[in-house]
Amino acid sequence: MSEEKKSEPLFSKKNIQLIKNPLNQINPVTIQVLGICSALAVTVQMDNAIVMSIAVMAVLVIGNVLVSLMRNIIPGRIRIIVQLVIVAFLVICVDQILKAYVYDVSKSLSVFVGLIITNCIIMGRLEAFALGNKPWASILDGVGNGFGYGLVLVVVAFFKEVFGSGTLTIPGFEKFEIFGNATDLTGLYAMDYMNNGLMLLPPSSLFIVGIYIWVQKARNPELIGE
Amino acid sequence: MALDKDSNVYTIIFATIMVIIVGGLLAFVSMSLKPMQQANVKNEKMQNILQSIGIAETDGVTREEAGAKFNEFITRRVTINYSGEIISDKTAADAIDPLDKLDAFNIDLRKEYSRYVKPIMSKNKGDDEKIKEALKQSADIHFPIFVCEHGGTKYFIVSTSGKGLWDDIWSYLCIKTDGITINGTVFAHKLETAGLGSKINEKWFQDQFIGKTMEENSAFTPIKVLKPGKDLNNHQVDGISGATFTGVGVNEMLARNLAVYYNFFKNNPEFTK
Repeated sequence: MSEEKKSEPLFSKKNIQLIKNPLNQINPVTIQVLGICSALAVTVQMDNAIVMSIAVMAVLVIGNVLVSLMRNIIPGRIRIIVQLVIVAFLVICVDQILKAYVYDVSKSLSVFVGLIITNCIIMGRLEAFALGNKPWASILDGVGNGFGYGLVLVVVAFFKEVFGSGTLTIPGFEKFEIFGNATDLTGLYAMDYMNNGLMLLPPSSLFIVGIYIWVQKARNPELIGE
Repeated sequence: MALDKDSNVYTIIFATIMVIIVGGLLAFVSMSLKPMQQANVKNEKMQNILQSIGIAETDGVTREEAGAKFNEFITRRVTINYSGEIISDKTAADAIDPLDKLDAFNIDLRKEYSRYVKPIMSKNKGDDEKIKEALKQSADIHFPIFVCEHGGTKYFIVSTSGKGLWDDIWSYLCIKTDGITINGTVFAHKLETAGLGSKINEKWFQDQFIGKTMEENSAFTPIKVLKPGKDLNNHQVDGISGATFTGVGVNEMLARNLAVYYNFFKNNPEFTK
């Protein structure tokens, strides 16, 4: 290891790219099409999507660091199992912590917290990045991919909640009623506006993710394959 | 000495040590967070019971306050069986002992439903009489009643559980001293479709039940959820559009459970005095 490499600044250009790229060029959901399952399922309400993103990012960052620290001692033949155990351990911890400290959120996320284990983004990053890179770079990679995943989740949840329920729930704030109150028929609802029930169901996420990819690729022609 | 990372011995030792460490850590996390998780579950149940009463003092009670307020409002906890016999009778002075499985507060209706009620119903599908008989015979099915005394009036909070479209649904209903009129409700669900069936725990749906009765011409008449937009009588409430099967589940749950409570209140007039 040369001295030069050691003194690489924490936020060098290369490291910044580790955070920036997953937001767009190599977004785990829209470009690599990983982690779609939870993107479809936990996006009915904004607050769920935000907490889910934080949970995935926490698992991703800590998992990346642990695997990166252990990358020289993990036996090659069982490396996938080792990664799986680490991810499973972290996910169970997250689930337990949510249950103890933010019980309501844990209830509404229900099984999807446990399913973080099967989120391909996490195993993918551990295998493709953390296993071959130093801890700091792995942290940045985890943060970047966590944000990339969260960005898509929040965008999808925004459209689903606004047009499906006519509300917007952001953790720490009161529920915003965008078009008025659907039960008391105020605001737009007084003019016969109705929420779109389809937006609450998983298929609508596919439409939104599809449009997201369309917009993204239209703005970044280099992403379009041959 | 360079370790041969590909040797069997290294692999096995590595796996063993890792599993022991991870197992130990998980056990530690679980043990240290358990008291808080259990308190959350307990307080939520208390919150649901208190909220269902339908009086201003307990309206909007938070989970944190519920623990303290529960003993203030709930003066008696009674458990009855399908035939209406009292099997446990506790007052607010008796602390809730988590080990006393018959204490009304410890009755886990969701568990009883999936373990005992569901098998009976699927075994005798279509034959209502047989189902009733089998439910009566079962010693494992209980019905909790919480008595609230407030401002000189008694309220009876009863609990029901059943199945919605996807998974468990349950409710707490507060019944007035007459033993037939609903004073407040709380409905809850585990996994009903978000935005459709999940709306049973919204206020507008629950509030519809207030003032409805479960008696017509001195006979039991279950409260029913109809398709939305129909004319309603005193035993019917508006359903949720797009959530027909959740409504069917609610109807089944209310009919099966309320019948037991109705008979109990009818046959024990001294209880409601």
